[in-house]
Amino acid sequence: MIKIDSIKKGIVIDHIKPGCGHTIFKDLGLHKVGYTVALIKNIPSIKMGKKDLIKIENEIDLDMTMLGLLDPNLTVNIVENGKITEKIKLKLPEKIKGILKCKNPRCVSTIENITDIEFTLIDPENKIYTCEYCDTPVKA
Amino acid sequence: MLKDRHLIQPGDFTVGEIQGLFELADQIMESPEKYMDVCRGKLLATLFYEPSTRTRFSFEAAMLRLGGETIGFSEPGSSSVSKGESIGDTIRTIGCYADIAVMRHPKEGAPLLASKKSVIPLINAGDGGHQHPTQTLTDLMTIRRYKNRLDNLVIGLCGDLKFGRTVHSLVKALSRYENIKFVFISPNELEIPSYITDKLTSEQYETTRSLEGSLGKLDILYMTRVQRERFFSEEEYLKLKDYFLLNAKKMEKAKSDMIVMHPLPRINEISTDMDNDDRAVYFEQAKMGMYIRMALIMKLLGVE
Repeated sequence: MIKIDSIKKGIVIDHIKPGCGHTIFKDLGLHKVGYTVALIKNIPSIKMGKKDLIKIENEIDLDMTMLGLLDPNLTVNIVENGKITEKIKLKLPEKIKGILKCKNPRCVSTIENITDIEFTLIDPENKIYTCEYCDTPVKA
Repeated sequence: MLKDRHLIQPGDFTVGEIQGLFELADQIMESPEKYMDVCRGKLLATLFYEPSTRTRFSFEAAMLRLGGETIGFSEPGSSSVSKGESIGDTIRTIGCYADIAVMRHPKEGAPLLASKKSVIPLINAGDGGHQHPTQTLTDLMTIRRYKNRLDNLVIGLCGDLKFGRTVHSLVKALSRYENIKFVFISPNELEIPSYITDKLTSEQYETTRSLEGSLGKLDILYMTRVQRERFFSEEEYLKLKDYFLLNAKKMEKAKSDMIVMHPLPRINEISTDMDNDDRAVYFEQAKMGMYIRMALIMKLLGVE
């Protein structure tokens, strides 16, 4: 197995579906940063069979809403002095703002410049949200 | 307290607040002369980005009968909207002149967007195929008047259930009352949207293609017109426009106390041979609309 050092202070994103690590890595902009980061793919996992994992050797503000939307089954571990001090189980956010766009051609958001449309979760299993303006369902 | 609030969708008011509106509307109907000056000096702005005769007249008549005045536009071409002004800027400006505003807009959610910027009470008078809460208040008031209750009813909704905003609003509003059963009668292409049925249990509704097969079990039949302006293709509209027709012959299958409602205008979906049937209440329904709007204007302005 490839050895990758433990981090002293930072964040470990665990339980990423195999093959999805790269997308999350890019969505978080980690491919552009100057500090130490690692994307490990296809790690053997008892629970998942295989999983991806991301290690970030830095304190950064993670957008938990965005992460929860990408994969609500992720675990975010906060590491201090080489030890996990906090485990955050993600879930699908009940409300999201400014991320999704409404696809209904009759929605007012198609003619007005609205950047902060709020979407409300109505079907967690299928990741379906509805637009606050027209109630149209949108898949996240 | 409804003073200074907006009405964007029926759920904005509690069942109790709506009951308060009905009671005030009853009093206005009983003694209209007592209310003919309560809005003197107040101005209602009617912002109609889409043509409407009935709803606009109903609001204007309501305000004038309360002693107030009205200003506004009945198509966007005659306003600064044609210069590209945003909805937010329009409502902010109108708020400098008027005390209360009414908005109809072809885009869904436009009144909600406007309400976020409005400093005066704003009433949604219909947004695309989405919501039409004052029609809902009208419908509820009509049902209450003819059936003496708003619970324990079987209501058939027939016609364009996909784009029919009056239907969407009415279902949302009635589902807050006990033991209401909906029968959705429409062609495949105009079925009720899933975001409406998702909020109902399977016992609360059924869908069918047959008007005649459903008539016998209904306490109320709510007919709607297939609206040409909601279709992108004329061909699709022509295919569906005469799908359901209600006439005196078909009414023989209905209960003797079933009422027939329609938000108007009708085209062909209700034959004129129905108009003298005591069960046809659609013109009375329009009258209820004016009284409930009078009550609504009074409550939002906080006048007595």
